[in-house]
Amino acid sequence: MKLVRLRYTKWYQLLSRGIFKENPIYAMALGICSALAVTNRVENAIAMGVGVTFVLIMSSASTSLIRKFIPGRVRMVTYMVLISTFVIAFQLVLQAFFFDLSKSLGAYTGLIITNCIVMGRAEAFAVKNPVHFSVIDALANGLGYTFTLLALSIVREILAFGTLLGFQVTPDGWTNWVVMAMAPGAFFVMAIYMWIMRTIAKLDQEGA
Amino acid sequence: MGGLINVFLASVLTHNIALTYILGMCPLIAISKNLKTAKGMGISVIAVITITGTINWPVYRFLKNNGAETISLLVFIITIAATVQLLEMLLDKFLPALYNAFGIFLPLITVNCAVLAVSLFMVNRTFSFLETVFFSFGSGVGWALAITLIAAIREKMALSSKVPSGLEGAGIVMVIAGIISLSFIGFGGIVNF
Repeated sequence: MKLVRLRYTKWYQLLSRGIFKENPIYAMALGICSALAVTNRVENAIAMGVGVTFVLIMSSASTSLIRKFIPGRVRMVTYMVLISTFVIAFQLVLQAFFFDLSKSLGAYTGLIITNCIVMGRAEAFAVKNPVHFSVIDALANGLGYTFTLLALSIVREILAFGTLLGFQVTPDGWTNWVVMAMAPGAFFVMAIYMWIMRTIAKLDQEGA
Repeated sequence: MGGLINVFLASVLTHNIALTYILGMCPLIAISKNLKTAKGMGISVIAVITITGTINWPVYRFLKNNGAETISLLVFIITIAATVQLLEMLLDKFLPALYNAFGIFLPLITVNCAVLAVSLFMVNRTFSFLETVFFSFGSGVGWALAITLIAAIREKMALSSKVPSGLEGAGIVMVIAGIISLSFIGFGGIVNF
């Protein structure tokens, strides 16, 4: 009984919408650049997922906190300044504690600023809703994004390098699919992933 | 001069910003339904990337000389937003015909990651000023080339082929982009930075 009631709370709905039904990547096709570019290794995908989730939560919370003081005309610039502040913070932490990771992610950490998901949640949700719901919404979207990145990077790392988080997982006779580490592999894996997820999501809608 | 042409060709073909670095995907998916709008978007992106890349080079030098390169990200994005806004106002005032054709694309370009990426790459690769100009222009041309190719293929496909329902829209763009980017790998080794 408790589970049934849980399904109708706003918290649950926000979470499930962000992670499954309106997943930023396969349903809305937002934030695809970074999802494709950094998923050649699982390590990179985790770092990127954590970064985007952190920036999303912080920027949504702060946008929502000052939403009554943001003049409508300059709201885009306000989001940009807030978002880039948190992105710079994330970049500095990465450089200080995980230097190799920050090297392999390169310019893509900086590009979290122009990740449409972050801007999109600020404009579509945080600016109209109280802080706690904005944080939940941001968390859900961040998790949905991280989940997608993980799925893509696991497939690509196994096929491209025969490893998972740096450990050998394939048998000795395995030939690496070099193309999977490059851009075409990213595009094809993403296309197949979108196909699968959208088909599942549609079946889910018909069932409900 | 040979070095500059090299940078230009490399940024169009072998290091294409859309097909090798996978940047600027959101507009590539959203605005590639027909060839005419794709061309409009492509030309606007060429203009904005070239201008912002050129402006951001001295801006970065200034920040670096004052020991403030940590905030360069913040400053870049403000430069880009300001340039786009200014361009929009100038076009509206002096070239209304052009504004009517390209005006709707300009606000979208602020959040096109290709534009910011060009500024960040230019810092990472320590280009000189002239190299930056050629690199920015080349990247813009490369992006425009990618969106035009994809739009042309999508236009043809809309007439004749059937796409599975789960793959419609973004999915099929990914497949097209993947095939085009495979063929761009064929340029590999011709030119390099």
